[in-house]
Amino acid sequence: MSPQPVSTLKGFAVTFRQILKKPITQQYPEERRPLYPRFRGRHRLWTHENGLEKCVGCSLCAAACPADCIRVVAAENTPDNRVSAGERYARIYEINMSRCIFCGYCELACPFDAITLGNEFELSEHNRDDQIYTKDMLLAEPMKKIPIADPAIFDTPIPYYKSDS
Amino acid sequence: MEPWWISLIKAAIIVNLVMVTFAYLTWLERKGLGRLQNRYGPNRAGPFGLLQPIADLVKLVRKEAFAPSSAIAVPYILAPIVSMFTALAAFSVIPWGPGWRIYHWNVTGEVVNVPISLLLIFALGSIGIYGFIVGGWASESKYSLLGSMRTCAQLVSYEVSLALSVLGVVILGRSLSLVDIVHRQGTTLPFVVPQFVGLLVFFFAGIAETSRAPFDLPEAEQELVAGYHTEYSGMRWGLFQTAEYINLITLSGLMVTLFFSGWHGPWNLGPIWFLLKLLGVLFAFIWLRATLPRLRYDQLMRFGWKVLLPVATINALVTAIVVAAT
Repeated sequence: MSPQPVSTLKGFAVTFRQILKKPITQQYPEERRPLYPRFRGRHRLWTHENGLEKCVGCSLCAAACPADCIRVVAAENTPDNRVSAGERYARIYEINMSRCIFCGYCELACPFDAITLGNEFELSEHNRDDQIYTKDMLLAEPMKKIPIADPAIFDTPIPYYKSDS
Repeated sequence: MEPWWISLIKAAIIVNLVMVTFAYLTWLERKGLGRLQNRYGPNRAGPFGLLQPIADLVKLVRKEAFAPSSAIAVPYILAPIVSMFTALAAFSVIPWGPGWRIYHWNVTGEVVNVPISLLLIFALGSIGIYGFIVGGWASESKYSLLGSMRTCAQLVSYEVSLALSVLGVVILGRSLSLVDIVHRQGTTLPFVVPQFVGLLVFFFAGIAETSRAPFDLPEAEQELVAGYHTEYSGMRWGLFQTAEYINLITLSGLMVTLFFSGWHGPWNLGPIWFLLKLLGVLFAFIWLRATLPRLRYDQLMRFGWKVLLPVATINALVTAIVVAAT
């Protein structure tokens, strides 16, 4: 420890040296860090390979939702209007994104893996009504692509905090 | 003697120049502070964030000037105006150039040359403090009142040291007129050399007087809501903030005039030298803000009364004795 006035002057040298360095700030919209592979973002509804929806309108996701943001109205499949693989399908499937807390319980509750949480997180809108995502929006391929980190870095059998390295 | 309208034109030019300097001082401060702290600072509005002051102004003007219903209307509205007016008026006596002969008029390098200009600056500064005190009191809010008490205690304490620290310069310059002091420094050394202690005291008291870090207890943005301007918003708050920054510019200009020989410099560049020196001093203020943590209130008062005031007094006495002896 140097005496107080000297260390104060040293502090001035420390701050001045920072001018010559490149700032460490990441300029977010231009510079995006890859996401953690298990990041829970906006939901996605899935279809089978033959085009039928996986969702059968059972409302288990809505029941599991702690934020009560999912609304499912089911309807019967008919021979000339077959939407899903099961007996019934979701006529209305809405998620209110302004209520959703991205806990992933819907994903866990779903018996057919019809709903999963994706990686998209830039969900701002000018209007609250636009925060309600309809079935078409959830079925569609997400428009924004965000780089995702290699899962091999993270999904190791031994958690990183227990391993030696 | 120049006709009155030349002074008027010069006053208009100086007011606008000071306002532009203020606007880009905020940009410079945020940018410089950012780089000193290893980040970018404003870089979204325009190239290098150069339009940021304009964006800030538009935002402030459009914002609702909310006033508490219990506020005492006239002083509440008048307080920021008084602060702003005194801050702007104080710059009028600072000489920024040697004076020129344009057509057949002699145009001097300052708006007015009053024989007691140094006293005038301090007097205007003291009136400006009323803006802060009255503003806090008229808001009828306990936080504003406490904030204004804190502000005025600090400003009044440090004003004494500030005024005493320039006494040495006045003795050496043998005048209270800034124009004469600058002319005298042109013939001899800049007064930094004989008055280095005075410069240090002036610098520290100046930081406290413009309430900037590490003496920014009136506002203490990380710890308190705000100081005397808690109940101000929109452009009224903006006027207080402008006044604070213009006081900083005036004080830096005064420092350049008193200690760094004002507009004097090689190759007779006049105002350019003044501006460069001013920028240097302003950078020192920004650098200081980026480096030092805030003082505690008792430390602030102790430093003001037990360190700065005796040092300023001894400096003035020693200068007086040396000048009288030689």
